Amino acid sequence: MTLTTQLANCLLIIRRMGIALALLVTHTLGLAQLTVEIGGAGSQQYPIAQLGFVGDAIADELSAIVSNDLSKSGLFRLIPNAAGAVKTDYTQTPNTAALRNAGADAAVWGTLQKTSTGYELRLRIQDTVRSTAIDNAVFTVRSDVRFAGHQIADRIYEKITGQKGFFTSRLAYVTHLGRDAFELRVSDWDGQHPQVALRSKEPLMSISFSPDNTRLAYVSFESRKAVIYVHDLVSGARKPVADYRSSNSAPSFSPTGKSLAAALSRDGLAQIYSMDTNGNNLSRLTQNNAIDTEPTFSADGTQIYFVSDRGGQPQIYRMPVTGVGAGNAQRVTFIGDYNVSPSLSPDGRLLTYIARRNGRFITAVMDLNSQLETLVSDGSGADESPSFVSNSQFVVFASKVKERGVLVLASIDGKVRSTLSLPNADIREPAFSSPLK
Amino acid sequence: MSTRFNTNINTRIHTSATRIVLLLSMAVLAACASKVRLDDLPAVVDRPNSGGIYSGLDSTTRSGADSSSVNATTGVSGTAASSNQITTIQAGGTGNTTGSNNAADAAGLLAKRSVYFDYDSYEVRDEFKTVLQAHAKNLSTKRTVKIALEGHTDERGGAEYNLALGQKRANAVLQTLQTLGVPATQMEAVSFGKEKPKAQGTSEAGFAENRRVDIRY
Repeated sequence: MTLTTQLANCLLIIRRMGIALALLVTHTLGLAQLTVEIGGAGSQQYPIAQLGFVGDAIADELSAIVSNDLSKSGLFRLIPNAAGAVKTDYTQTPNTAALRNAGADAAVWGTLQKTSTGYELRLRIQDTVRSTAIDNAVFTVRSDVRFAGHQIADRIYEKITGQKGFFTSRLAYVTHLGRDAFELRVSDWDGQHPQVALRSKEPLMSISFSPDNTRLAYVSFESRKAVIYVHDLVSGARKPVADYRSSNSAPSFSPTGKSLAAALSRDGLAQIYSMDTNGNNLSRLTQNNAIDTEPTFSADGTQIYFVSDRGGQPQIYRMPVTGVGAGNAQRVTFIGDYNVSPSLSPDGRLLTYIARRNGRFITAVMDLNSQLETLVSDGSGADESPSFVSNSQFVVFASKVKERGVLVLASIDGKVRSTLSLPNADIREPAFSSPLK
Repeated sequence: MSTRFNTNINTRIHTSATRIVLLLSMAVLAACASKVRLDDLPAVVDRPNSGGIYSGLDSTTRSGADSSSVNATTGVSGTAASSNQITTIQAGGTGNTTGSNNAADAAGLLAKRSVYFDYDSYEVRDEFKTVLQAHAKNLSTKRTVKIALEGHTDERGGAEYNLALGQKRANAVLQTLQTLGVPATQMEAVSFGKEKPKAQGTSEAGFAENRRVDIRY
């Protein structure tokens, strides 16, 4: 590029930028870390003895990451200082009878060894009740100890519960730090080690991960109206994909990652549209005189669930992805007069949403086959924005504790929960990615 | 990427014009120094850097001077720490004009810039008709002025459904102004839902203050 064309391009950019200016801020440190508080009944938790890893100096660091993941999920109770709970080389088996007597149903231990390219962890998991081996695995640990720890914790989670773990997932959320300070952050699954993807003086909402985890779609009010952006997390590039007259909101990726469903009010009240992820090939899917919003795809990609107040009050409906022309929308929720913010489980069996019951906004989980509904919170904090984690066993949602916005991770039966909070900011709009590979 | 010069500069809209131009030039020149595609950028956002926050996903073909600050990793590691991309957005709006110098506005109606709504209602109450009439009259001689009608709701309920309800209120004010002679093309009805409450807290009085449409021009 010649200097002349470079300058010409720059002048063009200056014009496009108008009065606004964005600054690049290199950041990693200084963000307050989320506090995780764990609740839930003990009888719902797996009691395990995490004995730790022997070997190289980073063995303790790795072991601490694994212990943190397991206990913060709320699903495991780590037996502290259990009898015989001494670190053991992977070739040995600890005194499982003593561990069992201390209340542990399983024991985890291992050895970390240096290799030419990094480290290798030999992990063992033992059933202390039956004295049988549950797992005997080898992990390669490169420079990223934290990620390796999450991978090991995922393995333990899977071997003990039978479900895939979600500790290598990323969590996206919005912090509201003050009157005009909003941040879109992407962090580890538990909110730790956040990185700021976007800072804005205007609100951000409705975050959706692309199925391959490389992009986010969200709503930004940076131009004093709701505009949908797609933000590439690898390159950092972001682009408005729906900036029509009036409001553009509620974006949601299709399971293939090739299209978005959204709510646009360009012709009056909000209606459901689909478009490709560049914003092209816009197609209107609903056509009526009521509000239709919050579209979300079924796991198999054939249905769109959405909220409509066509019956007078907001309820959840579903229709074929091709729109109502191919069949009528079917009503899905029937209990109560206000059910909004639908999201489907990756396994296709469950629907989560916010139900208003006796004036409270409560996170609900419905089994789509039986239509049985479970309320997974008491609604004391006015829940919002629920969605599933990748293994369909937990939901994450925004709530409030003492007027402070927090995130809650709750098991689908509501019996296990962890609360993620920041000391001096509201956090909201959570979304989990699928596990990173 | 040579953009560290402005890390601590808090550029605001009220900064002097020269300073803004200077900073914009610096930022844009810095942006242009890297070969990041800027063609499809939103008007208000500068993209001075490439480099994602997803260091673990292999981001290849990074070019420009910023590559030294990017520490992308590959392999099993999905979350290695690296420099990351932050975009800071300065607000694009101007302040709401308050007060009126219009001599004809003896009753001070033009100073009234908000229309309030009852709970669960999207009808413009009669008491606001005179306010909207005054604005329509005022605007009849200002056909080039763009008017934003910004709908708001109280904090109860889902953010997206409230956004749609705020839009419904803004649409109602737009339609009223249209019947009073303001062309629809001069106006845009938008919504903030419950995202920007005027009053904080959970009192009924506060809720009532938040159920409104602000008229900005």
